[in-house]
Amino acid sequence: MRMLIYLLQKEFKQIFRNKALLPMIFAMPIIQLLVMPLAADYEIKNINISVIDHDHSTFSTGLTQKIVASGYFKLVDYGNSYKNSLDLIEKNLSDVILEIPRGFEKNLQKENNQKVFIAVNAINGTKASIGGAYLGRIINDFNADIRSEYLPQPKQNTIPVIKISSSNWFNPFMNYTFFMVPGILVVLVTMVCAYLCSLNIVKEKEIGTIEQINVTPIKKHYFILGKLIPFWVIGMFVFTIGLFVVGRLVYGIIPLGSIALIYAYLSIYLVALLGLGLLISTYSETQQQAMSVAFFFMMIFLLMSGLFTPIESMPEWAKTIAALNPVTYFIEVMRMVVLKGSGIKDIKMHFVYMIGFGLLFNIWAILNYKKTG
Amino acid sequence: MKEIVIKTEKLTKQFGNFIAANEISFEVYKGEIFGFLGANGAGKTTAMRMLCGLSRPTSGNATIAGFDVYRQTEEIKKNIGYMSQKFSLYEDLNILENIRFFGGIYGLSRQEIREKSEKLIDQLGLEMEVKKLVGELPLGWKQKLAFSVAILHEPSIVFLDEPTGGVDPVTRRQFWDLIYEASDRGITIFVTTHYMDEAEYCNRVSMMVDGKIEALDTPGNLKMKYAANSMDGVFYELARGAKRKAD
Repeated sequence: MRMLIYLLQKEFKQIFRNKALLPMIFAMPIIQLLVMPLAADYEIKNINISVIDHDHSTFSTGLTQKIVASGYFKLVDYGNSYKNSLDLIEKNLSDVILEIPRGFEKNLQKENNQKVFIAVNAINGTKASIGGAYLGRIINDFNADIRSEYLPQPKQNTIPVIKISSSNWFNPFMNYTFFMVPGILVVLVTMVCAYLCSLNIVKEKEIGTIEQINVTPIKKHYFILGKLIPFWVIGMFVFTIGLFVVGRLVYGIIPLGSIALIYAYLSIYLVALLGLGLLISTYSETQQQAMSVAFFFMMIFLLMSGLFTPIESMPEWAKTIAALNPVTYFIEVMRMVVLKGSGIKDIKMHFVYMIGFGLLFNIWAILNYKKTG
Repeated sequence: MKEIVIKTEKLTKQFGNFIAANEISFEVYKGEIFGFLGANGAGKTTAMRMLCGLSRPTSGNATIAGFDVYRQTEEIKKNIGYMSQKFSLYEDLNILENIRFFGGIYGLSRQEIREKSEKLIDQLGLEMEVKKLVGELPLGWKQKLAFSVAILHEPSIVFLDEPTGGVDPVTRRQFWDLIYEASDRGITIFVTTHYMDEAEYCNRVSMMVDGKIEALDTPGNLKMKYAANSMDGVFYELARGAKRKAD
């Protein structure tokens, strides 16, 4: 036990003397939490639209105004040549074309029927589908407006119409940061801990001090604990800054569920992730090696965790990877507890899986860590 | 009869087809300064790592301070000190912190650590530098400090792997003064070196050639046997033998 205290003293002194490490521990979480949610906002605004108006009627200008007034679209071109508008799309200056045909107003009034043409630049699929959907909704609205204007009130009721009214649960204002910040926090803790822990051990290999440690009577598990505990503490610290300082003060996120539950999960999660860091270090001889391997895992963990894209819409093979990714579980837990206020019963299985990951990584790493060659 | 602290019998380490150490047998006595010589690649470091419990022998037997190299490596580790070719203290800790750390992991009490570090710092004349990070010290000082830390827990044997590589002659002389002092206290010194003047300082010297011990005696006897004026001559005579075998 005393041996462990000496090891911990040494590790903390070294960490606090490392000029490259401190900014990574203190500044990186704050900066990333401030910048990443802004970049990962899915709400699409500023869609560039070019309107081709062959009609030049009250209706066609009214529709154009309604589109611009919605706030989602920016009118980049208002003309009467399809070729010209397609040219803009090719130059990436425009995202959507709306073509209003000649006789738009007249046909609507006389024949109760008129088609408009929408062409969408689908290079960015998300932007295209969302932009198209917005535009469709605005045109429907416009349609409803002119209906009520031109058709007598009672007659309207004879046509059955389904009206949709929805309410948003758990995140009523659909604030995107509420969804992203808890997830990004998980990624952050993961990066800081798994990276630092594996680099730290490999550094001792590189400079040769590990050989000195190996000829001392230090027990293997003490040495490993001496490496894990400091980074476990750092992980807790980084998470706390992220949740309370950035999450609460900047984004106003106050977890609905139990904070103790979040921390209980975090503490297990950190043990699992540090075990992975340790495992990487036992297979690496140099810091570069450890860094590349850790980076490889980090990319998969990030993209396959459901952070940016919903796991439900992934193909089966990708779902399997996501299920084998510890980050997935913690992101789910964070979103459930922070936004929905889920309790221990709801995330029971998440605990079981994470304990499994923890045991797997740590036992594997300890078996693979050799004091004797 | 002299007390034996290291005893090896046909100790062998094989990596695939390559036999790094081939049936080494020798004895080292308590308090002795034992020089372990050989050209680069002769198998010195491999042999030494087996004796320290860092590497498991392929075959043969050895006991270190009475403990078996196969079954009692943890016991061996408590009873030896080790200083490697590569610098082995923590450069980002200061002198006192290094002493405290290594003292602590060898199980010395706080009181013992305090007394020993005072004595050690006084002996090395490092009073002015105690708060300096070890990385800022000149190499010679680092090596003297590393040696002192390696014998902090009064081991029965200390293994030194080319401890004076790259160190100036004056500092080397001082380093050997420390070695003599430790040997007077009864600590056995097991040292590898490429400096033949240092070989002359040893009580007995062994010469390793191609994984085997070719000669083992006092420097005086070796010089007589190989009709050489100095240990340099002995080394050339034996190392030339290695070349012939390689041909």
